[in-house]
Amino acid sequence: MTVPEPARAVVPEPARAVSPVTVGVFALQGDVREHLAMLEASGARAVPVRRPAELDAVEGLVIPGGESTAMWKLASAFDLFEPVRKRIADGMPAYGSCAGMIMLADRVLDAVPGQETFGGIAMTVRRNAFGRQIDSFEGPIAFDGLDGEDGAEDADSAGTAGTLHGVFIRAPWVEEVGPAVRVTARVTAGPGTGRIVAVRQGALMATSFHPELTRDPRVHGLFVRLVRAAR
Amino acid sequence: MSTTPTPGQSDAAPQLGTARVKRGMAEMLKGGVIMDVVTPEQAKIAEDAGAVAVMALERVPADIRKDGGVARMSDPDMIDGIIDAVSIPVMAKARIGHFVEAQVLQALGVDYVDESEVLTPADETHHIDKWAFTVPFVCGATNLGEALRRIAEGAAMIRSKGEAGTGNVVEATRHMRQIRADIRRLATLDESELFLAAKNLQAPYEIVKEVAATGKLPVVLFTAGGLATPADAAMMMQLGAEGVFVGSGIFKSGDPAKRAAAIVKATTFHDDPDVIAKVSRGLGEPMVGINIDTLPESERYAGRGW
Repeated sequence: MTVPEPARAVVPEPARAVSPVTVGVFALQGDVREHLAMLEASGARAVPVRRPAELDAVEGLVIPGGESTAMWKLASAFDLFEPVRKRIADGMPAYGSCAGMIMLADRVLDAVPGQETFGGIAMTVRRNAFGRQIDSFEGPIAFDGLDGEDGAEDADSAGTAGTLHGVFIRAPWVEEVGPAVRVTARVTAGPGTGRIVAVRQGALMATSFHPELTRDPRVHGLFVRLVRAAR
Repeated sequence: MSTTPTPGQSDAAPQLGTARVKRGMAEMLKGGVIMDVVTPEQAKIAEDAGAVAVMALERVPADIRKDGGVARMSDPDMIDGIIDAVSIPVMAKARIGHFVEAQVLQALGVDYVDESEVLTPADETHHIDKWAFTVPFVCGATNLGEALRRIAEGAAMIRSKGEAGTGNVVEATRHMRQIRADIRRLATLDESELFLAAKNLQAPYEIVKEVAATGKLPVVLFTAGGLATPADAAMMMQLGAEGVFVGSGIFKSGDPAKRAAAIVKATTFHDDPDVIAKVSRGLGEPMVGINIDTLPESERYAGRGW
């Protein structure tokens, strides 16, 4: 019969068993700090990305809220646009909120002339679709697949619906999606009822709203699981 | 494959104009440049240069100084024209205390109201009760107490006042250093000392306590007032601004489009002198500056409001 070892300093290992994933936040403009904090709270190592060399060091990328026109201009001016587009096309997991959703869309309506996006998600997004700032709102959203144990494994299943608090600021919505895109949330009350506000396509996700402005890290947690699964 | 999620319990009515969507709007502007424009054409130039928002007004501060007289809210036709011209947010200025100008701006659909000392104050005692509006407000401040009084009145964003229309950054520097130093000092105090701090700051205790605990304002802090060059913008960012307003500095300069784009880039890479050096080349004439000590007291805008 074995006698248990006396209580030596046994460090609980689960957190250290896998090295944390490194997730970048596209940091040329927008609410970068809030995304960094959410990613850290979700167990990732979070770093701002403003230069191509910083992009090379990350396993996934969050594109924050902000102004998509300014992000496009700055990314082009500082040679970050093509590298990000290529990483996404090559399969790097990415998550965009609000302006980030626009940047991940293959097609954009109400864009400025010549406006380019990184693309990656087969969807058409309309900028400022909910209206101007006086129309900005918050309210509960039913989000599909939020509480799945493993983001990658349940990617093609129905997942579990969880309620979260949606904060919409001059928000876009998704007008239409391709067959590979899974709609994960629609507006359920108010003038925009029925509009698509969250989607997922493989390791790419986008939301019209800003979970980073709440205290609820579950959307970022889902993304961190996607990044980990893509290793 | 598109599936529709189960609606669940999510049929509560959406809420408009909450503190979170007002303050959140300003969070989205961080790291960006907001530019004063007086025509739709200027607004387009600002958008093309990478501005995150434009500020619509009838005259830039440098012209308000030159022309004198009472400066007021802009003509609604001009604001409509600017809203139609660009896809980025449009802000507009109302006079301090002029709540009807603010009501008009909200009705026009502007995205943010600047209750601004650059215009002639309409009330010498009271600022606008900003909680009464759906549209969010930005207000100027020269120190922490002033910033917290504005936040108590409902401001969702704070900017330094600086001294608008001078092309001289010295007052913006003073105000940014003052606000940041006041916050640092507050953060060192014992909880029992915060009551006196609130009294001295002439600001509500609850907000003072929050700032002491978090070490930052509960809203975004931008800088404004006298910025004219990419280096000015970068310096303000290094002093702790989260973004930049540029007024007369762009459209009173020799090559507005180029200068605007340069200031945008210097704001993003504010900690990279190589980038700032590169974008500072060949910008043409900056606006002519004014030394603050030559300004009579009556022409100093930073003293307006309290």
